[in-house]
Amino acid sequence: MTIRFSIYRYNPENDRRPYMQSYELQNDCGAVMLLDALLLIKQQDDSLSFRRSCREGVCGSDAVNINGRNGLACITPLKDLKQPVEVRPLPGRPVIRDLVVDLSQFYAQYRAVKPWLINNDPVPEIERLQSPAERDSLDGLYECILCACCSTSCPSFWWNPDRFLGPAALLQAWRFLADSRDQATGERLDDLEDPYRLFRCHTIMNCVEVCPKELNPTRAISQIKEMLVRRSL
Amino acid sequence: MNIPRRRFDCLVIGAGGAGLRTALQLAQGEAHVAVVSKVFPTRSHTVAAQGGINAALGNVLPDDWHWHMYDTVKGSDYLGDQDAIEYMCRAAARVIIELEHYGVPFTRLDSGRIYQRPFGGQSQNFGGDQAARTCPAADRTGHAMLHTLYQQNLRAKTYFFDEFFAIDLLMDDQGYAVGALVLELETGEPLVIEARTILLATGGNGRMYRTTSNALINTGDGMAMALRAGIPLQDMEFYQIHPTGIAGLGALISEGVRGEGGYLINGEGERFMERYAPHAKDLASRDVVSRSIVTEVREGRGCGPKKDYVLLKLDHLGTDIIKKRLPGIRELAMRFAHVDPVERPIPVYPTAHYVMGGIPTDRFGRVVVPVAHGPEEAVPGLYAVGECACVSVHGANRLGGNSLLDLVVFGRAAGNHMLGYLEENRYHRLVPEKAIDKAMTHLTRWDRKGDGESVDDVRETLRKTMEDYCGVFRTQEVLDEGIKRVVELDQRLQHATLRDHSKIFNTARIEALELENLMDVSMATVVSAAARKESRGAHSRLDYPKRDDKNWLKHTLFFQDGNVLDYKPVRMKPLTVDPFPPKERVY
Repeated sequence: MTIRFSIYRYNPENDRRPYMQSYELQNDCGAVMLLDALLLIKQQDDSLSFRRSCREGVCGSDAVNINGRNGLACITPLKDLKQPVEVRPLPGRPVIRDLVVDLSQFYAQYRAVKPWLINNDPVPEIERLQSPAERDSLDGLYECILCACCSTSCPSFWWNPDRFLGPAALLQAWRFLADSRDQATGERLDDLEDPYRLFRCHTIMNCVEVCPKELNPTRAISQIKEMLVRRSL
Repeated sequence: MNIPRRRFDCLVIGAGGAGLRTALQLAQGEAHVAVVSKVFPTRSHTVAAQGGINAALGNVLPDDWHWHMYDTVKGSDYLGDQDAIEYMCRAAARVIIELEHYGVPFTRLDSGRIYQRPFGGQSQNFGGDQAARTCPAADRTGHAMLHTLYQQNLRAKTYFFDEFFAIDLLMDDQGYAVGALVLELETGEPLVIEARTILLATGGNGRMYRTTSNALINTGDGMAMALRAGIPLQDMEFYQIHPTGIAGLGALISEGVRGEGGYLINGEGERFMERYAPHAKDLASRDVVSRSIVTEVREGRGCGPKKDYVLLKLDHLGTDIIKKRLPGIRELAMRFAHVDPVERPIPVYPTAHYVMGGIPTDRFGRVVVPVAHGPEEAVPGLYAVGECACVSVHGANRLGGNSLLDLVVFGRAAGNHMLGYLEENRYHRLVPEKAIDKAMTHLTRWDRKGDGESVDDVRETLRKTMEDYCGVFRTQEVLDEGIKRVVELDQRLQHATLRDHSKIFNTARIEALELENLMDVSMATVVSAAARKESRGAHSRLDYPKRDDKNWLKHTLFFQDGNVLDYKPVRMKPLTVDPFPPKERVY
C-alpha cells in the first residue's frame, strides 16, 4: 500500500507553466505529518522546493495549500487527508518556485500597522505594570506566527492585496490597540479608518477557519471597527 | 568574477534573539546595520523557546543576582567563566525590564509585575531553598521575545536580507573580518557584503543528532564558518541533552512543566528523581535529570510496551494552570504525543537541545583566539553572540532560562562594543579578491555533476552516528569509533553531488552547504569529547566517572586544521565579588 501525492511544481528556469507531479510513499515510511512526507519526497527528488524550519507548528514557515485548504504541513496529520494529497502553494501570491511563494506584500502589510509598542512616557526603572486581566486581553493575538494562512485564504485580500491590509496585519493592529501599555490608539485608528485598509473585511471568516493557531482575526477586526465607532460618537 | 557588492557599517549574520538584540543596539546607536538570515527572521529557532528567561527580580520569592550567579557557576560544573557569569547575572534584571518596555507580553502577577516560575538548578541563598527566577510569557517566551525584537528592529529601520544564506566569512591578510559571501535563495546569486564589523549569531547545531528539539535550520553554520576562517571552537564536547523531549520525536516539553509542579515517573509509577537528587528532585540540573532518565530506562524501569521512555505527570496541576501557563505544551502534547496532559501524563525521553560550546568570545562578544600574546586575543572586527558563541557562561551545563538571557545580555553588550569599534575604525578595509575566490570555490563545489553520494544519506548516517557514538554516556572506545566514522563520513561528503543544479530557490543546494557545516561541527564535538578524560556537566564518561579539577578545569579549543586541540584556563575570577571555588556538585 502506498500514500499518493499530487504536488504543484514550477521552476521558472525550466518550466513554461506550472504542473502537478505525482509522488508515492510506502504506507510504512514513518511519516506522520505532511511535512515528514514532503521531506521524504525531497529525498526521492531533491528538486522539490518548500520552506520549513521548526517542524512543530511554531515558526510558520511551511504554510501550504493542502487539499484546497491552507495549513501548516508540519502539524497536518497525513492520515486525515484524502488521497492523492494535493499540495499547492498558498493561493493568490506570486510563486517563486514549487511551494515557495513571494510573501513580500504580506510582510509589507504587517509593517504598515506599526507592529511595535508605542509608549511615550518616561522610561520607568521597573516594568510597566499590567494587571493579569489586561495581559489576558493579549491572549489570542500575540501568538500569531505570520504563516500567512489567513491572509492568503481571504477573498478580500485576493481582490485588493494592495489596499486591504488582510487578517494577519489587522490582528496585529488589534494586538497593539488592545495592549494597556500602548499609547498610540488615536494614531493607529486614524491609519485604519479607510474604506479599504480595514473595511474591506466582509466577515467571510476563512481566516478563522484556517488559522493553525486557532486565532480569530475576524473578531479582532470587529473589535477595531467597534473602537472606531465608539470614537466617532 | 564580477559579484555584486553591498556595504554596511555592521553585518549581523543570523536573525534569532542574539542577532536581533545586537542589531537593535546598533541601529539605535545610528550604525548602518544589515541582518542576513537564511529564513525570515521570525522563523529563527529562538521562536521555539518555551519556559522563560532568568533574572533575580524577586517578584515571587526573595532573590539576588549573586544567588543567580552561584547557581549558574554550580550549574556549569565550574567550567563557566566567572567574570562573564557575574556580568550576565548583574545585567539580567535590566535587560528583562528593557524587553518588557519593548513590548514582550510577559505573564503577570496581581501586582502588575512580571510573574516568575521556578526552574531547574535555581536556589535562594547559595544552595538553599528553590528560587523562582524565570520570567515567562506563558510557555511561548521565545516566540514573544523574537517577535518583539523583530518589531523593534522594524521600528529602528534595520536593513534585512531575508532568505540569504551566509557561505563564508571574508578575512583580510591582517586577520580583520571584512565581510561575508552570501547567497540569495530567491535568485541563487552570490553577493558580497562588506562591513567594518561582523557578528555571528547563527545559533546551534542540534541537527547533528537524530533525536533533537532543534529546528531543521540548526546546522551550526556560524561555528563552521569560524572554523574555516581558522578560528577554533571552544568546549564543543559539552552538548546539552534536555531531559524532556516527546518520546520518539524529540520535540521539546519545557522545564517550566516541572517548574509549575509537574514530575517524572518511571514504569513502576515511582517518582524516581527523589533517588537521584533528594533535595532538588525534578528541578535538578538538566544533565543530572537526563542521566537519571537514561539510567532508569537502561535498568528496565521505563514505561510503555518497549519500556523506552518515562512519563511526565502534570494532570494534578489542574486544567486552569495548564491552560493558562502551559498552553503551548498542551498543544504540542496533543498534536504529537496524542495525549491531553490535563488528563494523562506525557511520554518523554531526553532530546539533543543546546550546545554549551561554540566560538570563543569575551564578555564584550569579541571573538578571541590564541595568537601570539596569550590565549585570548581579539579577532579585529569579529563578534559572536548566542548559542553559536561560547562566552562562557554555561560552562559544562546550561541552566534553563539562561539561554534567552545570554542572547539579550551579550547581544546588547556586543552591540555597544561594536559601536565603539566603529569609532576607532572609521573606514572599510579592502576585501581581498582571493578571500572571495576561496569562498566562491566552496560554493561552486556543489555545481559538480555526476552520480555521487547522496547528501541525504550522508546526513542521516551522520546524525545516527553522533547519537550512537557521542551521546549521553561516553567511553574512550565508543568515542574513538565515533571519530573514525565521522572522518569516513566527511570523506563520503567530498564525493556527494546534487541532482538539482537550478538556481532559483534551490533548497537542495542549501541543505548540502548545511551538511558541510554540520560535519565540521560534529568533528569538533567528537574529537573534543574523546580527549576530555573526566566527567563534567553534560560530558559524562563511564570510564572516567569523576570530575577532575586538577587536570581538566580548562576550556578545550578545537582547530580544524589537522583536528588539533589546545586548552586555555577557566576565568575563575569574577569582576567584583569573590570567586566560587569548585566544590562537589549535588542537587
